[in-house]
Amino acid sequence: MSIMKRMSMIFRAKANKALDKAEDPRETLDYSYQRQLEMLQKVRRGVADVATSRKRVELQATQLQQQSEKLQGQAQQALGAGREDLAREALTRRAGLQTQIADLQTQHAQLQGEEEKLTLASQRLQAKVESFRTRKETIKATYTAAEAQTKINEAFSGISEEMGDVGMAIQRAEDKTATMQARAGAIDELIASGALEDSSGQPNDDITRELEQLSAGQNVDAEIAAMKAQLGSGEKPKAIEGESGDAASGQTQPKAQQEGQS
Amino acid sequence: MIVRILGEGQFEVDDGHLAALNELDAAVEAAVDSKDEEAFEPALTGLLDAVRNWGKSLPEDTLIDSDLILPPADAKVDEVVALLGDEGLIPDAL
Repeated sequence: MSIMKRMSMIFRAKANKALDKAEDPRETLDYSYQRQLEMLQKVRRGVADVATSRKRVELQATQLQQQSEKLQGQAQQALGAGREDLAREALTRRAGLQTQIADLQTQHAQLQGEEEKLTLASQRLQAKVESFRTRKETIKATYTAAEAQTKINEAFSGISEEMGDVGMAIQRAEDKTATMQARAGAIDELIASGALEDSSGQPNDDITRELEQLSAGQNVDAEIAAMKAQLGSGEKPKAIEGESGDAASGQTQPKAQQEGQS
Repeated sequence: MIVRILGEGQFEVDDGHLAALNELDAAVEAAVDSKDEEAFEPALTGLLDAVRNWGKSLPEDTLIDSDLILPPADAKVDEVVALLGDEGLIPDAL
C-alpha cells in the first residue's frame, strides 16, 4: 500500500482509539479542547525554546568571530616583531575558529528554519482550535448524545490530525535543538577553558602572553634608548656645571643600573 | 481528495491526479524500502511539489481529516520507516 495511504491510516487509528475511550462523546469535546489548549501552549513554548537556542548560537558565533579577528591582528603583530612562528600559530588557530564559525552558521540557519516552522504550526493549530471551540458549542447545544456522534467524529478527526502533526513538529524541533545544545555546550567549554578568549576580554591565552612579553621587551628597549638619549644630551649641561659634585654622582647611578640591565 | 503534508498543512487535490500521485509515491516507497537516502530525497520532493502544484491550500481553520498524509519535506528515510513501522512517532492526540 502507498506510503501516503498508510500514514493517513496510522493517524486515523490514533484518533479513533482516543474517541473509543469516551462514554458520552460530548464529554470528549471539552476534554479534547483542554488538550488542544495544552498543545497550543506547548508549541508556543517550543518556539521560545528554539529562539533561545538560536540566540545562544548567535552569541557564540559573535564571540568566536571576535576571537578570530583578534588572532588575525596578533598574527600581524607577531610577524611585525619577526616572530613568524607565533604568527603561524595564531593563523592556525584562526583557521580552526573559522571552521567552528561556519558550523555555527549552519546551525543558526537550521534553528531559524525550525523556529519558522513551529511558528506557522502554532498559527495553524490556533486557527483550528478556535474553529473546534465554535463547533463544540454548537454540537453541545444542538444535538443529543446519539446525534452528536457523527458531528463530533468529524470535528475530532480534523483536529486530531493537526494535533498529531504539530506534536511531531515539536518533537522534531526538540530533537534537533538537543543535538545542537550538546555542541553549543562544548563550544562554551572551549571558550571558558582559555583555549579561546572569554567574553570578559581577559587575555589568558599563550599567544597573547607571548606578544605581551614581546611588546614589554620592546617597551623596555625603547625606554632604555630614550634614557640613553637623555643621558647623552644631559652630558653637555653636566660638562658646563662640572664643578657641582652632586650632579656627577647623580650621573653615575643610572649608568650603573643601565649596565646591570643589559 | 484532501492531502496533508506534515509540517506544512492541508491541500485539496482533484481526484483526477490520484494515479499520478500514486506513481510518484511508488518512487518514494521504493526508496524507503531499500533505505536509499539518495533516491528518497528527490522522490519525496517530486511528490510534495506535485501536491503543492496541483492542490489548493485549505484555509487554516478547516477541520477535516485527510485522505492522504505525506512526510515532512525534510524527512529522512529512517524517520519515515519509524513513522510507518510503529505509531510512536505520532503523539497521542486526544
